[in-house]
Amino acid sequence: MNTKLKKVENRYIKRKDLDFRPGDTVAVHLRIQEGGKHRTQVFEGVVIKRRGGGVRETFVVRKLSFGVGVERIFPLNSPSIEKIEVVKRGENKRANLSYLRNKAKR
Amino acid sequence: MKKFILGKKLKMTQIFEGENLVPVSVIQAGPCKVVQKKTEERDGYNAIQIGFEEIEENKLNKPEQGHFRKNNIPPLRYLREIKLEDISKIAVGETIEVNIFKKGDLVNIRGISKGKGFQGVVKRHGFRGGPASHGAKQWHRRPGSIGASSDPSRVFKGKEMPGRMGRERVTIRNLMVMDVDTEENLLLVKGSIPGSKGSLLLIEEA
Repeated sequence: MNTKLKKVENRYIKRKDLDFRPGDTVAVHLRIQEGGKHRTQVFEGVVIKRRGGGVRETFVVRKLSFGVGVERIFPLNSPSIEKIEVVKRGENKRANLSYLRNKAKR
Repeated sequence: MKKFILGKKLKMTQIFEGENLVPVSVIQAGPCKVVQKKTEERDGYNAIQIGFEEIEENKLNKPEQGHFRKNNIPPLRYLREIKLEDISKIAVGETIEVNIFKKGDLVNIRGISKGKGFQGVVKRHGFRGGPASHGAKQWHRRPGSIGASSDPSRVFKGKEMPGRMGRERVTIRNLMVMDVDTEENLLLVKGSIPGSKGSLLLIEEA
């Protein structure tokens, strides 16, 4: 990519040296606005994939909520994400863990 | 004075504005130089000629070289004229930079849209075409009737028909400036703009 463009995009990149990859269990701290007040909600689950690059990078977190699989796609550089904590490192050889969806109960 | 600048479309991307992700077009805007002034007395109208993007002198022909040498202006790739009522405050050789715009300004962007080639009536004029099924045979994207019979015995002018589409001058009005980079001369504008990457644009104050 053009270096000039990279410079522009870099200004909007908030999380650069964040080290987590598919398979890791992460806790995403989300800032949620509820009628003028802020509240932090934590979404904890396994990272299934990361896609895109630059400012547009996103990642997908999957968790089991009362036996139902729930997936959320987060833009990596979203200002509404307060922090991303790595809870547990995972071990796998894939970049895309879609197969977890078909695995019963895990 | 009306604000304007020449630029080049670089690409589109997304940025965060507050908590929202907004689509933006990145434009290489300026610096532009005022190359010539056209005056009422000499040319019959008032305008200024501005140039954009420096190039090597040997890429221009002799008359063009002379045009720049006359006022000691570095050779520029693009020259465009802008009609103005009052040109008394502008001097030849003056530089126009992106910093004339600031975040939150509204601008009109003019450029040449992407050529689409020879297109049918559905894409070019938004006709509905025919049914996809229910016994339709080879009648899916056709234009239908183009007029009545012996009266008027002709097809009205301006009747929408298939033909060349795109590659025409397009103005997109009231685009919001999301960011200005004075160091790299970049302009970030909300939404899409006409043309392919690298095509010339005229950015004006809305």
